[in-house]
Amino acid sequence: MQVKNRLNPFFENISFDRVDNEMILNFGPQHPSAHGQLRLMLHLQQEMIVKAHPDIGYLHRGMEKMAENMIYNEFMPTTDRMDYIASSSNNYGFALAVERLIGLEVPRRAKVIRMMLLEINRVMSHLFWLATTALDIGAMTVFLFAFREREYLMDIIEGYCGARLTHSAIRIGGVPLDIQDSFISQLRTFLDKLPANIKDYEDLLDTNRIWLMRMEEVGTISKEMAISWGCTGPMLRASGVAWDLRKEEPYELYDEVEFRVPFSDKGDNFARYRIYMEEMRESAKILYQTIEMYEKCVRDGQTELMAHSPKYISASKLDIMTQNYSLMQHFVLVTQGMRPPVGEVYVATESPKGELGFYINSQGGPYPYRLKLRAPSFWHTGILTDLLPGHYIPDVVSIIGTTNIVFGEVDR
Amino acid sequence: MRAYKPKDNVQAKAYYTDRFFVSPQVAKFSPESDEVFAQDLEAIKSKFEVLDAYIQVGQMVVYIKPEDNFRVLKLMKKELTYTQLTEMSAIDWIAQRGGFEVFYQMLSMDKRKRIRIKMFIKKGEAVNSVEKLFRSADWSEREMFDMFGIEANGHPFMKRILMPYDWQGHPLLKTYPLQGDEFAAWYEVDKIYGKEARDAIGPELRDPAKVDRYDSERFARLGHEVPKGTKITGNEPKVVQNYQEDGGVFMIKKFDKKDSVVIDDPQR
Repeated sequence: MQVKNRLNPFFENISFDRVDNEMILNFGPQHPSAHGQLRLMLHLQQEMIVKAHPDIGYLHRGMEKMAENMIYNEFMPTTDRMDYIASSSNNYGFALAVERLIGLEVPRRAKVIRMMLLEINRVMSHLFWLATTALDIGAMTVFLFAFREREYLMDIIEGYCGARLTHSAIRIGGVPLDIQDSFISQLRTFLDKLPANIKDYEDLLDTNRIWLMRMEEVGTISKEMAISWGCTGPMLRASGVAWDLRKEEPYELYDEVEFRVPFSDKGDNFARYRIYMEEMRESAKILYQTIEMYEKCVRDGQTELMAHSPKYISASKLDIMTQNYSLMQHFVLVTQGMRPPVGEVYVATESPKGELGFYINSQGGPYPYRLKLRAPSFWHTGILTDLLPGHYIPDVVSIIGTTNIVFGEVDR
Repeated sequence: MRAYKPKDNVQAKAYYTDRFFVSPQVAKFSPESDEVFAQDLEAIKSKFEVLDAYIQVGQMVVYIKPEDNFRVLKLMKKELTYTQLTEMSAIDWIAQRGGFEVFYQMLSMDKRKRIRIKMFIKKGEAVNSVEKLFRSADWSEREMFDMFGIEANGHPFMKRILMPYDWQGHPLLKTYPLQGDEFAAWYEVDKIYGKEARDAIGPELRDPAKVDRYDSERFARLGHEVPKGTKITGNEPKVVQNYQEDGGVFMIKKFDKKDSVVIDDPQR
């Protein structure tokens, strides 16, 4: 008979004695290598996982519900809190969805600035991924190196929009500001150093015995499994599908820049690691090209940063301050919000984590009737159900690391 | 007269709409305008009833009957190469039409096309689970159940996913309140003791992390300590904390057990 006390309560309908050898281990919700509030219920046979049950929702803020009760521009800062490692890409995904809904064409200069921000965010996110995953495996040096470089990028972004993590740097219809004077020179300095930096990380990791043992042949996702689980981004490309929305469904000016889509058919942790590294190189390539595009915009005298559409977008600050009609328009748009046409749209963009989709159902009101956020990390967490069984406890850490999940995005 | 607020939709509403405002529509195109979509639609139409189909913002939308959903998605996956179920969820139309619209957002990587399959179900009806076709539906259907209360028949683990397992209500319904209930603290007091006992008992403490500044029983009032159980008025003088005795730390040099007092009652 069990002795009943406060620490050891007596449940009459639960048997704690099991005939088999299975143990249930609660991994999280507070675990440094779970990268957020992930609770994993792991059924173990000795050290091997036989069943995994990810439990999410610890960071659920009801963003979809919030969106239904906010005007479109109000929701922009909320999107920052999804994937807070690369928040401009969320801002962009939402802005693009609304622009497609109302059929808006963004000025070229704004497009170039947006691409710069997106690619800086991608590099930032991948550096963060590398730092934290390497730290989980035990490589402290890589963590310090990668955070040093990320800090540099965050300074550039801070110079642009004033924020380091929650940027809100993109508006529906364009960008609010031109880049600051030092932006290009700082970015060039960073990009010139980046190949050497990436080589540093690779020198530390690529032939490192511990790294290889934790990464190679661990967490192998087959092509069918990745597609069936809705995996996108590096998770899908590591499993042998060269699918990048920047190439396949080009948005902004991605059809004008040259870059490769790195992919691998191995599907294991190491393949994903390699893809993150290669994507940083490709992003650097794109950034060099966007700098040229930006300089061409300056030469051609293209100064427009916001689309001109008085029904939906406020006029420039100068017009608002000097022209009565612009001021009235601005007042209505701020107090009542824009009213996009009746219809629905699903727009997917390639965020650093994968396919970030925004489904908007508008009924002509100032609030979206329904907004569904398609966050890639949600399914990258779900796949742990099928991926973890057969692995050992230490592999859990490296597998969670390479899936690159962010819980602001999983729970929304 | 007070403005009427419908109970079936408590969402935020536009406080002013021009009387003559007519919202424009996002353009819809016929599926025949795109070759690939036209063929896909033909393939679906040959086996299933299609209620409506059009192209909007570059993606085809196909309305089907809810009982066909599994077989339509199977056809799309096996024969039309729409191998990925990118996203699925529902839209609450209970106030207007008495049910939900469920949508499946499909992606074909071979054709680089996206199709949205939509179907209308009445309130309280379940849908067929497509988890057997797409593993991603495992979590999507759980989320849909969590947010709308729509169950999926044949799903292996139909439990809440984002909200706590014992949560009441489904947050994305339009009827779901946007704010908490300010009278909730009195519900149990009223029910058990009656309304007249409110003054004697006080509101129910529903926030376990709440710190009561007048509580001398459970919480140390740092810097303003009072003996346990004392009534606190809020005007207690600041107690000067001496962390070290005058003349150094008190040390017991010679201990005599007979002269010392043993305290049995830890509460004293």
